[in-house]
Amino acid sequence: MFKESVAIALRALTANKLRSILTMLGIIIGVGAVIAMVSVGMGVREKVQTSIASLGSNMLIVSPGAASSQGVRSASGSATTLVLEDADYIKKTVGGIDHVAPTVSKQYQLVAGNQNWTTSVYGVTPDYMAIRSLTVGSGSFVTQAHLSSRTRVAVLGATVVQNLFGDANPIGQSIRINNAPYQVIGVLDSKGQSSMGQDQDDVVLVPLTTAQERLIGITHINSINIQVSAMDDMNRVQAQVENLLRQRHRISGTKEDDFSVRNLTSIMEMATETASTITLLLGSIAAISLVVGGIGIMNIMMVSVTERTREIGIRKALGATYQDIMLQFLIESVVIGVLGGVLGVGLGVVAAQAIALFGELNTVVSVLAIVVAFGFSVAVGLFFGIYPAQKAAKLDPIEALRYE
Amino acid sequence: MGILLKDITKQYTIGDETVAALAGISLEVRDGEFIAIMGPSGSGKSTLMNILGCLDRPTAGSYVLDGQEVATLGDDDLARTRNKRIGFVFQNFNLLSRMTALDNVALPQVYARVGEKERLEKAAALLDAVGLGARKQHMPNELSGGQRQRVAIARALVNDPSIVMADEPTGNLDTRSSVEIMRLFETLHVQGKTIILVTHEPEIAAYAKRVITVRDGLVLSDEKKE
Repeated sequence: MFKESVAIALRALTANKLRSILTMLGIIIGVGAVIAMVSVGMGVREKVQTSIASLGSNMLIVSPGAASSQGVRSASGSATTLVLEDADYIKKTVGGIDHVAPTVSKQYQLVAGNQNWTTSVYGVTPDYMAIRSLTVGSGSFVTQAHLSSRTRVAVLGATVVQNLFGDANPIGQSIRINNAPYQVIGVLDSKGQSSMGQDQDDVVLVPLTTAQERLIGITHINSINIQVSAMDDMNRVQAQVENLLRQRHRISGTKEDDFSVRNLTSIMEMATETASTITLLLGSIAAISLVVGGIGIMNIMMVSVTERTREIGIRKALGATYQDIMLQFLIESVVIGVLGGVLGVGLGVVAAQAIALFGELNTVVSVLAIVVAFGFSVAVGLFFGIYPAQKAAKLDPIEALRYE
Repeated sequence: MGILLKDITKQYTIGDETVAALAGISLEVRDGEFIAIMGPSGSGKSTLMNILGCLDRPTAGSYVLDGQEVATLGDDDLARTRNKRIGFVFQNFNLLSRMTALDNVALPQVYARVGEKERLEKAAALLDAVGLGARKQHMPNELSGGQRQRVAIARALVNDPSIVMADEPTGNLDTRSSVEIMRLFETLHVQGKTIILVTHEPEIAAYAKRVITVRDGLVLSDEKKE
């Protein structure tokens, strides 16, 4: 019986090809839109995740808190109590840590030959390379020897190289930072923009001790990046670091910390959640068009039932029961949903590729979105087919046979 | 067995008025009879036909078909009764236009849940029997009126019903085709089927062995020929 009903449905659909295709188009566009929109949302999510991960994964960032003097509190980061020794101590005493990278930074004007450029100069340790997932394209990175001897050497980001040297090879050249000469020992590979839109290649890295003592003239540091070995360990390490720094800075009881520890994983979770919300929003808007497509199915099924009143009358006279007629029309609308769903999946995948290709948007076609959108289109076909099918099944055979 | 009608009435409500299409009909039809129901339009013969064919239910009265009371059956049971026990032949053939002659004949067996192979074999045999063996794959619009009615008769016989009901079966046919169709009914009568024919043409009624005349919802006369 089921096989016959499918055959009858296909015959009815092919008898009215243009009308069937137009009806299906509603579902095709709906399913296609859901898949394309969700893939855009998933693409945004993936991009956010990778750009946060490029800051370094499993990262804790310790930064100085607000300085406070006689009740007057300055801006966050103004405290000068965070020092290099804190970083060394954390590395020595806290377990489950891969790298600890203390940094200082300040903006300076750089001069090379007749070119000048103003950018942030970072004082870093060798660990900084691993923690920020940097790679040196040519030359070498800051070494422990540079740190001990406070050597005036610099590693340049791609943007800085472009602005100071153009296409020339900068390795071995000298640049002036704050009027003191520094030898260029390496160039970083390009990392592109960060998730916040910052140019991550617009940096100059010098040894931390050189920056502190010979450039900026400070004894404190601006931040400590800590890479934790395991994601699950993040909270324990964070608590331990906070405790340790309170002890070292002699902060007791309810007194306010003079530092803050941020957890990049929680930032990532937040950003991922935001992107998921965007995905859901885009998907829901697209799903509305799928429902509209369903109404189109219902509309055309109503017309079809009216047109075929006589056929229904004949079938009933020959012994078709309520269920037989119901099944016949339900299967017809489900077939529209299934065919429309299949074509819509194709359209959605192609549209997602096209958006990635021409729209400069990252798209990720998700299998889940395909399955859900397809299932939804079949469900829409079923749901919007029920009423017309019932109408057909309830027809009185005598009335239906008399219908012209 | 056969058909037993007792005090069958059928009333329709049109607006505030109640119209009695059948005013109390009692009738007995034995297996194998060849009956013609005659009467002018509005006499109630079509209503009687619908009730006999289980397409409609009487307002009151009893209808026993092959020993079973059918006046009170539900819609689906009536559908099953039509499917198994009654074959219909209509004035305008009522073939499904998008199906071949063979599929049309096999259709009642779809609703009787017969397997495809068996179904098509039976339908092919019946089309051979009505002389349309060469036209099995033709669509109804490729057939003449007489051929279409023969397809319809084959369809009426496919589930081996005990009763064949025909409503003006020759109404849309020329004289030659009409004669062919009536010969076919005579053959079925000889084979033992009960045949109930509704017509207003005396020449067609002449083929029957018993003529029942209906007027104003009542049986006016019931004549048996020897």
